This record gives sequence, structure tokens and C-alpha cells, in this order.
Amino acid sequence: MRLWRRTGEITCQELVELVTEYLEGTLPGRDRVRFERHLDGCPYCTIYLDQMRITIRTLGRLPEETIEPGARDALLDAFRDWKRERV
Amino acid sequence: MADDLSEERLLVDAVRRGDQTAFMRLVDDLGPLLLRVARMYVPSQAVAEEVVQETWIGVLNGIDRFEGRASLKTWIFRILTNIAKTRGGRERRSVPFSALAGAGGEERSVDPDRFFPPGHEQARGWALGPTPWEGPEESLLSGETRKTVLDAIDALPPSQREVITLRDVEGWSSEEVRNAMDITETNQRVLLHRARSKVRGAIERYLNAMEPTT
Repeated sequence: MRLWRRTGEITCQELVELVTEYLEGTLPGRDRVRFERHLDGCPYCTIYLDQMRITIRTLGRLPEETIEPGARDALLDAFRDWKRERV
Repeated sequence: MADDLSEERLLVDAVRRGDQTAFMRLVDDLGPLLLRVARMYVPSQAVAEEVVQETWIGVLNGIDRFEGRASLKTWIFRILTNIAKTRGGRERRSVPFSALAGAGGEERSVDPDRFFPPGHEQARGWALGPTPWEGPEESLLSGETRKTVLDAIDALPPSQREVITLRDVEGWSSEEVRNAMDITETNQRVLLHRARSKVRGAIERYLNAMEPTT
């Protein structure tokens, strides 16, 4: 499927499919220029891209769980057994 | 977690020498992730916990053979997925691309109804564009919104869930994820894109539902 219309401009519906490539830096140069030119003139897509960035940051800040104390103790025992058998 | 290679080397050497603190540091750093990933393969939390325990035993028994060709966490992750797949009984690794092909290259990031249809003068432009998310970003991490994000991750097809968990929640590089999951760069990116788009959509639906209606 061709993503670009013959005019060389991308549509909003196309842009939302390219966001990850854009953010990963894997969008080829010409497409990157088109992408950014579209953003310049499109407040909705600018909001959309911003929301994708917020989503990614939010995912990265989900509080870390910690492991169960019971499981941790069991591992500590397993480690000591392993160490004993090693020598 | 030791991102730095030499630091990783030191950690591995310490574990080999029987340094309990070093081993437990590894357990504390990677444990929650391993449990989360194990949970994607096996039917219950209890089995997932067993898989993680077995993984750490496998790590100890194999640590002398670890050569540092892959990063330590990639190596541990592979031990985990091997055990988890055996225990899970279902061969998930053969699934991802039916998930990719099945739902089609046609899987959309945004409901097509939100764009003007072909033929319209603004064809494929936003008809119902997104509205900015109000309030501090931190509020997305609390209470119900956080649950919305976690539920959205849980609802993803397994391969998408695995990629977004490793990349965005855990902060692995795309190369590390590709190595750990044995997938191509393109597939990794497609899975990541679909997963992120769905999580964004879930946050949006949640926030829009919260807006007072007049």
C-alpha cells in the first residue's frame, strides 16, 4: 500500500500509522520531512503525537513491583545451596 | 541493572564467586519483569512464580557458561522464556505473526470513523481529532488511570504485550528486544506501534469518559 498521495503530502490517517517509525528515527529522510511538514500545519496530529509521547513516558513510569518476600527468601536458600555444592 | 558492560561483567564475576549480594541485586532488579513476562506464557500466577524460581536456578547453573555475547538480561530472559514455554504448553513463539498477519496489516491505530472518508475534501483528515489531555502528566500514574494502562497492556495480544513491556515499561533497546524475542526490527516496530496505539486509545477513552458532560 502506498502511504503517500501523489501530491507528496501525508494525511492525518497516514500520519498516525507512522508515529512509531518517526519516534524511533527509522523514517527515511524525505518521509520525515513530510511528516514534520504535516505536523506544522495540523494541530490535531500535533496533539496526537504528544499523546503518544505521554503514553510512552507513562509506561516507563509505571511503578515497579517488588518480588514476594517468600520467593526472595526461597531464592536466597537456593543460592546458598548452589554455592555449597560449587566448592 | 547493570547497563554498562563492564559493570555487568563485574556482576557476573561476583555471582560466580558466590557473592550473595550480587545475586540478590540481580534478583531484585529483574525479578518483577521476569514474573510479568512469565505470566504471559502460563495460566496462573502460581505457575509463573515457579517458572521464575526455576529460571534463577537455571541462571546459577548456567552462569559459568555465560559468555557475554548477549547482554546478561537477554540471556536470563531467554532462559525464562524457554522454561515458561515448556510449562505453558502452548508454543507462543509461533503465534506472533499470525497475530500480525491475521488482524492484518489492516489493523488501525485509530478508529477509521474518526477521519473524513475518501471523496471528502478533507479525506483522511481528522473529523474527530484528539483533544489535549488536561492536568499534570503524573496524574496518569495514579489510581484508576494507572489501572487503565495496566488493563490495556493485559488486553494486548501476547507478542504486542511482550514488546511494549520490554521496550516501554522496562526501557530495553530495540536491539535487546529483537534479540530476546528473536524477531526482526520491522516486526518489533510494528508490534510496538500497535501496542502503543492501543494504550494511547485506552487512556483517551478513559479520560474522555471522565469529562463532565453538559
